[in-house]
Amino acid sequence: MTQTLINKKAVSEKYSELYQVNRSTLDQGSSPVLNRMRDIAIKRFEQQGVPGFKNEDYKYTNLERVFGKEYRHIFEYEKVDVDLNEVFRCDVPQLDTYTILLVNGWYYARNKQLEGLPDGVVVGSLKQVANEQPELLENYLNRQAALSDDPLVALNTAFAQDGFFMYVPENVKFEKPVQVINLTRAQEAVFSTQRNLIIAGANSEAKVIFCDHTLTSSECLGNSVTEVFVGDRAVVDVYAVQNQNNKSNAINSVFFKLGEKSNLMSGVASLHGGLIRNNLLVSMDGENAEANVYGMSFTDKRQHVDNYTNIQHNQANCLSNQLYKNVLDEDSVGAFTGRIHVARDAQKTNAFQRNNNVLLTDTAKMNTKPQLIIDADDVKCSHGATVGQIDLDALFYMRQRGIGEADARMMLMNAFAHEVVQEIRIEPLRDRIDELVEKRLKGELGKCNNCDA
Amino acid sequence: MLTIKNLKASVEGKQILNGLNLEIKPGEIHAIMGPNGAGKSTLGNVLTGREGYEITEGEVSFMGQDLLDMAPEDRARMGLFLSFQYPVEIPGVPMVNFLKASVNEHRKFKGQEPLTAGEFLKLMREKKEMLHLDSQLTNRSVNEGFSGGEKKKNEIFQMAMLEPKLAILDETDSGLDIDALRVVAEGVNALKSPERSAIVITHYQRLLDYIVPDFVHVLYNGKIVMSAGKELALELEEKGYDWIKKEFA
Ligand SMILES: Nc1ncnc2c1ncn2[C@@H]1O[C@H](COP(=O)(O)OP(=O)(O)O)[C@@H](O)[C@H]1O
Ligand SMILES: [Mg+2]
Repeated sequence: MTQTLINKKAVSEKYSELYQVNRSTLDQGSSPVLNRMRDIAIKRFEQQGVPGFKNEDYKYTNLERVFGKEYRHIFEYEKVDVDLNEVFRCDVPQLDTYTILLVNGWYYARNKQLEGLPDGVVVGSLKQVANEQPELLENYLNRQAALSDDPLVALNTAFAQDGFFMYVPENVKFEKPVQVINLTRAQEAVFSTQRNLIIAGANSEAKVIFCDHTLTSSECLGNSVTEVFVGDRAVVDVYAVQNQNNKSNAINSVFFKLGEKSNLMSGVASLHGGLIRNNLLVSMDGENAEANVYGMSFTDKRQHVDNYTNIQHNQANCLSNQLYKNVLDEDSVGAFTGRIHVARDAQKTNAFQRNNNVLLTDTAKMNTKPQLIIDADDVKCSHGATVGQIDLDALFYMRQRGIGEADARMMLMNAFAHEVVQEIRIEPLRDRIDELVEKRLKGELGKCNNCDA
Repeated sequence: MLTIKNLKASVEGKQILNGLNLEIKPGEIHAIMGPNGAGKSTLGNVLTGREGYEITEGEVSFMGQDLLDMAPEDRARMGLFLSFQYPVEIPGVPMVNFLKASVNEHRKFKGQEPLTAGEFLKLMREKKEMLHLDSQLTNRSVNEGFSGGEKKKNEIFQMAMLEPKLAILDETDSGLDIDALRVVAEGVNALKSPERSAIVITHYQRLLDYIVPDFVHVLYNGKIVMSAGKELALELEEKGYDWIKKEFA
């Protein structure tokens, strides 16, 4: 069934055509705030098409192949034939969260009613909120994403219908994390377009954990966009645990806009998945903001994980910390591109970036590329990247103390990853990720949950 | 306990050990001295199974078993311990986890139950006190940011925790002040028993004032060229190695 289109133009035209044919279905049931963006977005997509190797930002990831395959597109909510609340139960101990399920990018209709949300907090379906309370989205939806010239972000905007929405009003400290479980579930290859929006008002607090899973073994492609608005003095944590099957492909673009004195923690753990591309863009638009951006991946077989970060220091006195670590086994391929741009007036900027990688085989491959563009003169910037093997001296030292080789390797890799894990600011999640990482390294991680689907 | 017969080993095609013979009986302390580059550390590495060395000839038996056939961890579990000349820093691996894994692997090998957390902490406290070890060191990653002296003391601390049958101390005294030297010696002497042995590799007589050897060997050009009682150490301290180099060139 799946037919591979190798021609970039043909691949891109396929999506334009899909758009034209389904335009009215897309609009039906969607709010005007979503619909009014579509035509401009598809034009922007068409200008560049699916990014190929010539696109400097995508040079390490060939997307023509995955976009060229045939997928089923879902333009209307599809009823789920089982109760997903039963099928899926996350067993993170002590992690008391509000749990929200999405299926193939759509907000699950039978999500449980959330009890005890703080006053004014809205958690729900983007589609529904856009229809019922469009004023909540008005000044936010696509305000960051539209600044991007990434054709895949435009493609998402053209097709966006639903996703996760959260609004935390100013001064509200929303302590309990919201866990968004993105499930891909279909008999055949599906394409999902998920659009998320998170708004944290001034002086508020919010924590969101995205968990990506596949419940079926069919091939799939997801192209998601998430916009996160962090108000002045707000503190926001966004974590992502990517644990899909190795036939799935995902492009996730996340935009953060940071207000004055705000504080962001972003953590991405890529455990399983075929091809993963994470775009993470932070726009520091208020003075004294702080962005902590962390990521790690564990890959084997023919997995491909590409992290692209872009930190825009637009205002003075901001701090950004980036740390990405990858462990690559077998024939897997990784990439890290870390761009830091310090604007002309962003004096007293502190921007730090580090990318450390361990290759466990001769055939694993890592591409790492820092890009620093500094237009201010009074800044502290540093970046460093390493690609190495496991430390054989340390391995021998441990074995000389009686620790078996496999255990010693495990301890070394855990230690390597732990530098990232320890930054997670939700303690039970930190412990759980530690456990998941260990399972992943031992090859025991099929799924990270109690789900029996 | 340990019998080395005609051991020849090379690194990157270069022969370092040239037919080395050595016999160590239970309860004995052997000092090995010799100029830099003689092959002293190579001997320690070959005995403990470090990769990168090619054994071209010879045999080594330890506690009646063919040592050269065993994985490094099995040699260690059988009671062979190396105090490294250059202990390795392992960032991110906490001392406590490392030691606990190590102690429990040794216990498992002997068919003993693993220590409970309480028992382990108690054992650790005892040994730290015995060696006057800064108790903060065990709260850090293995050797990470330790001073030279702290690293060496940490080796002796690990030795005290594991109570090996045969300990090889590779220049554990180098770079230590006299107080630290005493601590190291105390650690070794505390383990002294009719069943335990040690190989003390050193350049200096002064350690041997505290750890009194039964035999002193001179290793030169990958061979033991001279063996005698503890008085040989004094002679070497006085005369240096030039006369050895001349005689055995
Ligand atoms: N890994 C290695 N690669 C190449 N040469 C080595 C290696 N290890 C040791 N050697 C060489 O072997 C010889 C003996 O070294 P070593 O055993 O460290 O001596 P000692 O401990 O007696 O000072 C030296 O010439 C040293 O350069
Ligand atoms: Mg040496």
